[in-house]
Amino acid sequence: MSDSKPHPFLAVENLSRDYPSPTGGVDVTVFDHVNFHIDKGEFICITGHSGCGKSTILNILAGLDAASSGNVFMDGREVSGPSLDRGVIFQSHALMPWLTVLENVSFAVKSRWPGWSRQKVRDHAMYYIELVGLKGAEHKKPAQLSGGMKQRVGIARAFSIEPKMLLMDEPFGALDALTRGVIQDELLKICAETQQTVFMITHDVDEAILLSDRIMLMSNGPHARIAEIVGNTLPRPRERSTIHKHPHYYPIRNHMVDFLVSRSKRYGSLREAPDAPSTPSVFEASALQAREQAPATKPCAGKSHIHLVNA
Amino acid sequence: MKTKLSLTQKAALLSLLLFGVILLVWQLATLPEAKAVAADVDPEYAALMGGGSAGSASSFPGPLAMAQTLWDKLSDPFYDNGPNDKGIGIQLAYSLARVLAGFLMAAAVAIPLGFAIGNSRVFYQALNPYVQVLKPISPLAWMPLALYTIKDASLSAIFVIFICSLWPMLINTAHGVAGVRRDWLDVSRTLEVNPLRKAFRVILPAAAPTILTGMRISMGIAWLVIVAAEMLVGGTGIGYFVWNEWNNLSITNVLFAIFMIGIVGLALDSIFGVLEKRVAYQE
Repeated sequence: MSDSKPHPFLAVENLSRDYPSPTGGVDVTVFDHVNFHIDKGEFICITGHSGCGKSTILNILAGLDAASSGNVFMDGREVSGPSLDRGVIFQSHALMPWLTVLENVSFAVKSRWPGWSRQKVRDHAMYYIELVGLKGAEHKKPAQLSGGMKQRVGIARAFSIEPKMLLMDEPFGALDALTRGVIQDELLKICAETQQTVFMITHDVDEAILLSDRIMLMSNGPHARIAEIVGNTLPRPRERSTIHKHPHYYPIRNHMVDFLVSRSKRYGSLREAPDAPSTPSVFEASALQAREQAPATKPCAGKSHIHLVNA
Repeated sequence: MKTKLSLTQKAALLSLLLFGVILLVWQLATLPEAKAVAADVDPEYAALMGGGSAGSASSFPGPLAMAQTLWDKLSDPFYDNGPNDKGIGIQLAYSLARVLAGFLMAAAVAIPLGFAIGNSRVFYQALNPYVQVLKPISPLAWMPLALYTIKDASLSAIFVIFICSLWPMLINTAHGVAGVRRDWLDVSRTLEVNPLRKAFRVILPAAAPTILTGMRISMGIAWLVIVAAEMLVGGTGIGYFVWNEWNNLSITNVLFAIFMIGIVGLALDSIFGVLEKRVAYQE
């Protein structure tokens, strides 16, 4: 996917974050030695158990939080604070309840282009409201909307400022499965249209497989790391109804589930010291396929040989 | 007769019934102590006959006399026959003007200061002891100091209103601003909203319901205090009117003034009730 190595769009170098110990002792290092890069137009999902620091990493990328050490570069410039170049979709949707849908989106548009006329701001906001399928509800207050609709407004607001990168902190975590599916499909469509670069936190393995180009798996904290990177080899465009029929689907899924269930806990103990650096292993389902050769017709049996690849 | 009454209809009916009972008790309690006049005789008729309540000037008025006074006073509220005889409208206007002046000055100080306190932990902790000590002081205790320094009775009354309406607005503004959800602040940070726009478009609307509640409390206290303040400073206003009528031993006028203070207080409170509803939002 990335052929222009020298200048990745987003580069994260040796990021770490310490928190004061709750008992008053030495600071606790939630994560350290975090390195990764994201190419333009790439959709990255990151997953791991609660407390591994995913949200903190996202907040550092957003500029809302500061790292204890390490740097983040976007487009060659260091990230040192919040910026309109990076749109954030919050899990709690974070809509302002005293504003209507249109006013919420317009507030963002007006922030991005202060010089625009009222009409232009309105038209631009309406375009994105229509894009997420909320035409007709633009004059409603958030309290009158369902959870799914609120999150759609959050998506419209983030896309409306046309950021260079989109950061999503478990955007669909609070939604029911059906609504989540519908909004995932819409997000997939919008991202394909806009070639948006996305960094997204999710706990949902299937969501990650449906949406992402690469999936980063984080080990448990303290001293959490990006332990493995899974290349998502499923071809686009992806359809929820057919995606699980692809031979790579279950190997990827099983690999991720195995990681979350068992390997994420062990990862820290494999190093000689807790703060020793580590490099993430890369998992590509296509490599697996090549080695396996003949019995590729039963994808569900993938579970057993994944360990070979990762040993 | 079989139709069911709604809750408000029932309540209204009960209210009316209560009103009737109060009038009846009032009427019975103020019957002239002696013999002569029966309860169903018009007091005016009795007065013409040279008997009844008209005989003793200091006696407590009955509901009918009260209704008469109410009608007379309210049909000509703005007459001015010199310093001791002004219409009720003029007296209330003086009081309202003082309350408004003191209240607006307090708002002009309390809301920006509350913003600063709510936004900064340092400011909050530094100013908290002062607020805690100054808040419980009865506003009237400031009166001598105000008279000594300002040297003007009317301005001193305004100062007393200022000082009593300051605290609820200050504390509520600080609370409202400090309680603005982190999410909304994070949104405005990621949108690079400048501080002024953030204050007016995010923090102010978010904290507005709490601030308005503080203003409503302040206004209630200010209206309580103005009566007492005007009794002290004299000259004009509803408080002065009450005291003056007490000196005239006109219990009817005192009662009338009490009634008017209640009505105006209710009106002020409902105005803030409406404003509160307007800025309220549902999360």
